[in-house]
Amino acid sequence: MEPLIEVRGLRFRYPDGTLALDGVDFVLRPGETVALLGPNGSGKTTFVLHLNGLLAGEGLVTVCGLPVAKPNLPAVRRKVGVVFQDADEQLFMPTVLEDVCYGPLNLGLSPEEARAAAEWALAQVGIAHARDKAPYHLSAGEKRRVALAGVLAMRPEILVLDEPGTFLDPPGRRALVEVLSGLPQAKLIVTHDVWFARALATRAVFFEQGRIVCDGLLEVVLVHYCWDLSARSGTVLDSGG
Amino acid sequence: MHHAVVDRWSSGHSLLHARDGRVKVLVCLGFLAAVATTPRLTALYAAGYGLAALAAVMVARLPLGALLVRAAVVLPFSGTFALVSLLAGDSPRAVALLAKSYLSAVAVLILVGSTPLPTILRSLERLRAPRLVVLVVQFLYRYLFVISEQAQHMRLAALSRGGWRFRSAAGAIAVLFARSYARAEGVHRAMLARGFQGHLTLLAPVRADWRDGLLLAGGWALIAFLRWGLEGVWSR
Repeated sequence: MEPLIEVRGLRFRYPDGTLALDGVDFVLRPGETVALLGPNGSGKTTFVLHLNGLLAGEGLVTVCGLPVAKPNLPAVRRKVGVVFQDADEQLFMPTVLEDVCYGPLNLGLSPEEARAAAEWALAQVGIAHARDKAPYHLSAGEKRRVALAGVLAMRPEILVLDEPGTFLDPPGRRALVEVLSGLPQAKLIVTHDVWFARALATRAVFFEQGRIVCDGLLEVVLVHYCWDLSARSGTVLDSGG
Repeated sequence: MHHAVVDRWSSGHSLLHARDGRVKVLVCLGFLAAVATTPRLTALYAAGYGLAALAAVMVARLPLGALLVRAAVVLPFSGTFALVSLLAGDSPRAVALLAKSYLSAVAVLILVGSTPLPTILRSLERLRAPRLVVLVVQFLYRYLFVISEQAQHMRLAALSRGGWRFRSAAGAIAVLFARSYARAEGVHRAMLARGFQGHLTLLAPVRADWRDGLLLAGGWALIAFLRWGLEGVWSR
């Protein structure tokens, strides 16, 4: 099967000299959900920003067979929907509906089509009731859903979520997992939240100092890097008791 | 968030809210030009312009008191020039300066309070305002909120650590700039990710009907009368 995303030898250095990505190889196939794990500053978010051309490093990145390069950017950004870590950065129109319409209108849809796409996306994430509200009046969980709807309305083939669980209370996280697991797209999830990763992904890659050092089953990766907080604190409690 | 007051006004419903953005922009510009070019802004002129503005506030059902207070934000700026005129011994000019700037601010507030900003920007675009100017206003508007929010957060953080003094405020401005810059980059990135290609496309298309034509003709006629006809009629 042709991969949705293929990355070969990706290197990226920030203007201040920090080498953020140091030869990353990665493949995402249709229907997969992959958790991107790794310590802070290991390059996960930088990697994700290359997938729709927001950053451009050395190496090869293709999305659905299209190289991520300037002439292809509109098409690539339509295929890869990125939900950013901070929903406040994503929501900027005066009302929820207008914000969700923003992407479809940029794609060149007519106002009627954009409105229909937005209504559909808002219903998908279960927040149609907030359509006329101002985004800054919503709770963190609602904002996250609206941000997700704003991306879904563009009908992407790949969803990229950067720390989707942050700022959410446990019911909010559970609700978001339910919404996400119902979506057919292939997903890449950047997260520190093991519970979140377990709920959605079976495969994981582990980033360390700008490289993918492990790629495989989520459980194997978690154990190999002692990335499961509950397991460790369990041992501490046992030895203490 | 309290920054949203004007946004809230502009999303209201009234006869004026329902009018085409371009017409409102044109009438507002006409008003500004008339006020600015009135050679001697006597009490008669000021009353004429003031009453016209008051009528618009009534039609738009905007809160008069709050609007008048907000319009006063221009006074410190024009006040500086007024002071210079006053010191030069030209007190009528000083008063006229203040009155003109205040009336202009009221007019702009009525426009902004009765028209959502994206609509104003789209109207300016349709009226062939330079694209760059429209873009700058658009981003200014977006990032203004980003910066004010950031400043509020920093103020709270400083207060919770025991104080917000002038010196810490001065240092905080530098940090505020850096943080706002980073945040603005984040916003811009998020806009690009959703296909932003340089201009804001609006959900509701800009469309004018006979009522908009009426507003344009009536508005300009009234302004022209206030500017050139009022004094003659009054002195007769």
